[in-house]
Amino acid sequence: MKILAVCGMGLGTSLILRMNAEKALKQLGIEADVEVSDMGSARALAATADLILTSEELAEQLGPVKPKVVTISNFIDLNEMVTKLKAAIG
Amino acid sequence: MSEATAAVDAHPGGPRLTQLLPIDAIRIGETAADWRAAVRLAGDALVASGVTTPAYTDQMVATVEQLGPYIVIAPGIALAHSRPSPAVLRAGISLVTLLEPVAFGHRENDPVRLVIGLAAVDEEGHITALSTLAEFLSDETRREGLIGAGNADEVARMVRSFEESRAADTPPVDPAARSKGETS
Repeated sequence: MKILAVCGMGLGTSLILRMNAEKALKQLGIEADVEVSDMGSARALAATADLILTSEELAEQLGPVKPKVVTISNFIDLNEMVTKLKAAIG
Repeated sequence: MSEATAAVDAHPGGPRLTQLLPIDAIRIGETAADWRAAVRLAGDALVASGVTTPAYTDQMVATVEQLGPYIVIAPGIALAHSRPSPAVLRAGISLVTLLEPVAFGHRENDPVRLVIGLAAVDEEGHITALSTLAEFLSDETRREGLIGAGNADEVARMVRSFEESRAADTPPVDPAARSKGETS
């Protein structure tokens, strides 16, 4: 399974998303690759991703994409990540 | 394993947090009239520590103007940053605590009391430091301790002691990196 963590620049916020997602996936026992992307490349990369992780705001800017989009409001809260990932793929 | 992940494994993840966050990049109890001023404080601290030129501060403000306040990554915490550019001389992090919380216009995570400035030269050279910082801030007691700190020395001490304790019981970022023989 491939997860795409999307933020504006692809190097700050999305890195934090990826770190937290990797911790959550480990806790859930789910095998997945988490990659980061900026908004500019996200739509193209979304074609091969199974799930997108981003903020609510950026999800609106991203518009409709093929994979399921999970929005996170607290990027450093492991509980929120675990709960939302579990609901989406668990 | 994907290309992106493999690239991270091949890269040590860059310097530690204490190396990217020197004491002159820590500002405590600052006052900002609005979010732009708050971002500028984080930018000034990056300039003061020799990491960026003032143009990067403008770029951080422009990022929020273009993409919105998504940089408020958690309640009370903004991660001000922009792209690598000629205005970034090397990777670095700054940290500013605000005496009075400032609204960034984020639906859930406003108001902001802590602004982190991040300057990157590539996509990976700041992973280790950023990961340590995110881990530090994920604990409420540590977070409140940092926001309530009286001076930069106190913050630097907290960060150093956290980094040392973390180094003692966890591998640097990615266990896969260790198994790939980083000692070579």
